[in-house]
Amino acid sequence: MLKVSVDKINDLFRAIAATQKLYLPVDTNAGAQYREWSEGVTMSQALNTNRSAKDFFFPQTENLAEFKMEGKKIEVKPQVNEYEDYVVFGVRACDAASFAILDRVFLSEPVDTFYAHRREHGTIITLACNRPAETCFCTTFGVDPAVPGGDVSAWQKGEELYLEAQTEKGEKLLQAVAGALSQAESEDIEPVKAAIRVMMEKLPLAKLSLKGIEDQKMLDLFYSDKWNALSESCLGCGTCTFVCPTCQCYDVRDFDTGNGIQRFRCWDSCMYSDFTKMAHGNIRNSQMERFRQRFMHKLVYFPENNEGIYSCVGCGRCLAKCPIHMNIVKVIKTMGGTENE
Amino acid sequence: MSERIDPLIPMVGVVTDIRVDTPDVKTFRVEAPEGGKVFEHIPGQCAMLSVPGVGEGMFSITSSPTQKNYMEFSIKKCGCVTSWLHSMEVGQMITIRGPYGNGFPVDTDFKGKDMVFIAGGIGLAPLHSVINYARDKRDQYGTIDVVYGSRSMDDLVDFPEIQNVWCKEEGMNVHLTIDREQEGWDGHVGFVPNYVKELGFDASKTFIICGPPIMIKFTLAGLTEMGIAKNQVYTTMELKMKCGIGKCGRCNIGDKYVCKDGPVFRCDQIDEMTNEY
Amino acid sequence: MQEAMIKRAKELLAEGTVNRVMGWQAGEFAYDITPTVFSSADELDKAFVYNDFCSANVSKYMIKESRKEGKILCFLKPCDSYSFNQLLAEHRIWRDNVYIIGIPSYGKVDVNKVRAKGVTGITGIHTDGPNVVVETIYGSETMVKMDVMEDRCLCCKSKKHMVYDELLGEEGEVLQSNRFEQVEALENMTPEERYEFWRSELSKCIRCNACRNVCPACTCENCVFDNPASGVANKAPSSDFEENMFHIIRAFHVAGRCTDCGECSRVCPQNIPLHLLNRKFIKDINELYGTYQAGEDKDARGPLTNFTVDDCEPSIVHHRRG
Repeated sequence: MLKVSVDKINDLFRAIAATQKLYLPVDTNAGAQYREWSEGVTMSQALNTNRSAKDFFFPQTENLAEFKMEGKKIEVKPQVNEYEDYVVFGVRACDAASFAILDRVFLSEPVDTFYAHRREHGTIITLACNRPAETCFCTTFGVDPAVPGGDVSAWQKGEELYLEAQTEKGEKLLQAVAGALSQAESEDIEPVKAAIRVMMEKLPLAKLSLKGIEDQKMLDLFYSDKWNALSESCLGCGTCTFVCPTCQCYDVRDFDTGNGIQRFRCWDSCMYSDFTKMAHGNIRNSQMERFRQRFMHKLVYFPENNEGIYSCVGCGRCLAKCPIHMNIVKVIKTMGGTENE
Repeated sequence: MSERIDPLIPMVGVVTDIRVDTPDVKTFRVEAPEGGKVFEHIPGQCAMLSVPGVGEGMFSITSSPTQKNYMEFSIKKCGCVTSWLHSMEVGQMITIRGPYGNGFPVDTDFKGKDMVFIAGGIGLAPLHSVINYARDKRDQYGTIDVVYGSRSMDDLVDFPEIQNVWCKEEGMNVHLTIDREQEGWDGHVGFVPNYVKELGFDASKTFIICGPPIMIKFTLAGLTEMGIAKNQVYTTMELKMKCGIGKCGRCNIGDKYVCKDGPVFRCDQIDEMTNEY
Repeated sequence: MQEAMIKRAKELLAEGTVNRVMGWQAGEFAYDITPTVFSSADELDKAFVYNDFCSANVSKYMIKESRKEGKILCFLKPCDSYSFNQLLAEHRIWRDNVYIIGIPSYGKVDVNKVRAKGVTGITGIHTDGPNVVVETIYGSETMVKMDVMEDRCLCCKSKKHMVYDELLGEEGEVLQSNRFEQVEALENMTPEERYEFWRSELSKCIRCNACRNVCPACTCENCVFDNPASGVANKAPSSDFEENMFHIIRAFHVAGRCTDCGECSRVCPQNIPLHLLNRKFIKDINELYGTYQAGEDKDARGPLTNFTVDDCEPSIVHHRRG
């Protein structure tokens, strides 16, 4: 366990930024967003960033290949990216847990190399949540914000920031910036962990349980008539999917640059009307079906294929951002039959 | 690390032959630019074909893996990509990646079985590969029946091959039907599901169905009436796909991804799936 | 007001005037309210709410709801009544299938502004006269309501209902709003500053389409940006220019029809002040074609669809320097 005094935190940032890019949450007019650190940049005190940390590995849009077309000939030029090492500071436990879920999709065979490269080059420093919000329900998914994970975990106690490596990669980073840190005892942060756990117990969603969902069969949930009322006022926008740290559906599109064809990948949303639209029809014509797909995927299909792991980490972004305030918590409670608890 | 090629990056294929099958179906032969197949596959698997700037789409590989020199795709004209493909001339390059999907269990469950192939319209395309595979490895399979129907005589895909090769092959019975009476047609007239019932098959055979959803639905009902267990019936599905590798998230039917867990499903598995197909 | 609304809704349901009620449903916390259709007195008792967090404009839902069997009761705030009236003008809503009760709005509270004050762990929140009292797991806080009110309510254009069958509470007046001051601030920038302003704002866009989908003026059956054949249907910008295109084209398309309800900015997850684009159009229309408020009169002809010989020439753009 190492520590640095909060008023000297810039020494730590400077030491990290000396060898690689450092990103951390910064207050902007679009809420807290990850920005590159440079002298004078101060870290946001917000609990979480407006957009999730998935952007680091799975950017909203990225080029895959370029095609040069000449007569009947096609030349494929795969996108070549220069990947540099980078550090992300201040990732919360929920977002850190989301990486393991994204890994299951992108790192399973055949490996998505774009994602894999970015993941390999990034070192994640998490930060324990001293002041969780009412929208937090990460504990429902087994996330412990007192033990935030990542390559390095950090805890703030009073005027001191404690750091502990969790992986080899984290170990290496802390060794490299050892000059900015001093030794500390692991026991020092036990009161912080205990306090966080006490706060988590007090949250309005602390008792949210998936028991009601787990006890039901996939087809019974799918054919439930409750989906109609839940999805009734859904606008069909993609806000929930785009701010979600685990939503990873994508589209592959071509763009005529006037100088060739650029094939790029971009985020897509199962909430969109054209998501499953084919030349001869659409298997999900109504918003109810699209809405149902999103939640069935997170709560039933994904666990079915991934040893019971849910594709939600309880970060609460959809609770804060949905224009009509419909969200996964309301779905869990309604579908699980616990809406009055 | 940098030598890894991403699975989304396609290869180039050259269209070396184009056959007009029906007014809206053409069969394209695709080879690697240096000749030979772009990759190997098993019957029932698919490939992502694309015309850069127009789009990418998933298509069944129609040719049998026993065909060593090329792959073929029978494609019906119905959207942007297929219309563009139909406008191609021989020598045109396209991009191709794959193979995708599970394919038919030709070397396991199908081994030694009497097989009945039931197809409607362009639904013959994915079955074509298995039929020719079984023909080429004749001693490994029992009898082969093909029940194939289309709107009209002109809409029967691969009609010359069916007439000149399949119909003449020993141990192979071909039953053709068209929806309505037509001049020059002295064969059966009527819809596929009814024809299957008329023909009546032994309940011990293995059935492989592909065609429009409505045909599959009624044929399945007919087979069930005939006392055929659903675990002896196979079909192959088609949904919108973007990646082909189970990541882009759009071709799922419940917890199954058609691109990865399918496109071939046994009909008893389908009963356990949601109805979004 | 909430009790009066529930009481009246139950009466209308009981006497068979309507068979459904469009309103707002309570959520997990005090502020996460969902627009909902209620169909029984029981449902109304269980979850119907009306308070300072019922921000959502429910007019657009009436396009779909008015086409269903039977009449629906719809509660409209003054602001929402402009949108409803504009949709009537565009023949989008079947008026005979909607029973409207006009309800007052005293200014909605923006929970993001509450959060921006460092308040978190909100378990309860209510307005108490000029103040907002927030209960949190960390204790309770009182703040001045004006400080946490939605921006659009701080420059409210009208407390008067443009369309209704009956009113609950007292009818208000059209207000002298200072809403164009923000537009003037933009107009007073140099072109470079203004370009920078919009570039930095619009580049935050994540193309979630929330602004379009919530907008009561965006009612195309199939939006050009959803049509793959349009050539502009990219979900994410493949060039920097694309997200500008989306918002600018949308602003042009709703010009003369936008009532300035402000839903676009309310729902933007990236806090882009989208309403300023539309408000600039409204200000220009007022100056070039005479004062016009969309949604005020359902029989009025829109300024951009009505030609008169006195209309300004296109060169006005040059004379006005943009």
